Amino acid sequence: MDNLINYTLRIADNALILGQRMSQWCSNGPTLEEDIAMVNISLDLFGQANGFYEYASSIDGNKSADDFAFLRSEREYFNNLIVEQGNGHFGDTIVRNFLFDTYSVLFYTKLQNSSDDTLAALSSKSLKEAKYHLRHSSNWLIRLGDGTDESNKKVQKSLNDIWMFTGNLFEMDELDTDMLNKGIGIDNSLLKSEWDKKVNDTLSSAKLNRPEDGYMQTGSKEGIHTEHLGHLLSEMQFLQRAHPNAKW
Amino acid sequence: MSENTDVWEVFIQSKNGLPHKHAGNVHATDKEMALQNARDLYTRRKEGSSIWVVKATDIIASQSEESEEFFDPSDDKMYRHPTFYTMPEGSKNI
Repeated sequence: MDNLINYTLRIADNALILGQRMSQWCSNGPTLEEDIAMVNISLDLFGQANGFYEYASSIDGNKSADDFAFLRSEREYFNNLIVEQGNGHFGDTIVRNFLFDTYSVLFYTKLQNSSDDTLAALSSKSLKEAKYHLRHSSNWLIRLGDGTDESNKKVQKSLNDIWMFTGNLFEMDELDTDMLNKGIGIDNSLLKSEWDKKVNDTLSSAKLNRPEDGYMQTGSKEGIHTEHLGHLLSEMQFLQRAHPNAKW
Repeated sequence: MSENTDVWEVFIQSKNGLPHKHAGNVHATDKEMALQNARDLYTRRKEGSSIWVVKATDIIASQSEESEEFFDPSDDKMYRHPTFYTMPEGSKNI
């Protein structure tokens, strides 16, 4: 049961942390339209996170979805490192989201076939949103990469800087293997070739060069994160920490 | 960014069979962006199932100074209205 809870939390944490990142664009978007688009994406992700946390809570029987979302410490979050990376400039956000969205669509597509009915149903629901998010980020990536000299240089740098966090997406640890053997989880490593193909296609339309697969950052599966997550959590958890069980 | 963007008029169809109705406008640099912005701004609360976007500059509008010759001739032709027919019972969207 613990494994199933933790497997579910990994999925929920990805959605929550990226959702929180996207919410930070609220009132800071480059245009009114884009501001609303990014906050829409944020709300989609919070909705996904909520579904998975509720499921984890129902298995746990003790902790609530809010407890999982707001009352864990940094070392108890299992989101992939890429989603906690800072928003940077608009191009940085687009590159980060594009790389993750591509993964997310493949991940949910596979997890729809999980032997766990709830995970399968939550995945089917989330997949529709993930596909739209990918459409949004890949269109922007092509627009920026194939835009002006300056926009091309900027997003190429965004891509080079964040590339070392992509390897983490395809890792398998004991928990993943246990879930895979039970027919509940999926094999992340098998998503890599399809991810490569889709990423390469879009990068070439965007006139961007794919960085070399060099040193890859790792650690999220043990709750080891980059310096960004703690800051994000302190802001996100402030209200629940200062006013426990506060309600609207 | 605003110097590179066009205004696009947005038309939403609330359900199949009904006409697309003008909902407002968005700024965008290309048609794909216009469609996505329209989706995000005007269909967040299930307002529709189909969207048209048209560049505002591609819309030809009648001029108000021409309104006499355009519209007045139809003023006294009541017989053009379909009000003299009885509507079949149960017909919708007419």
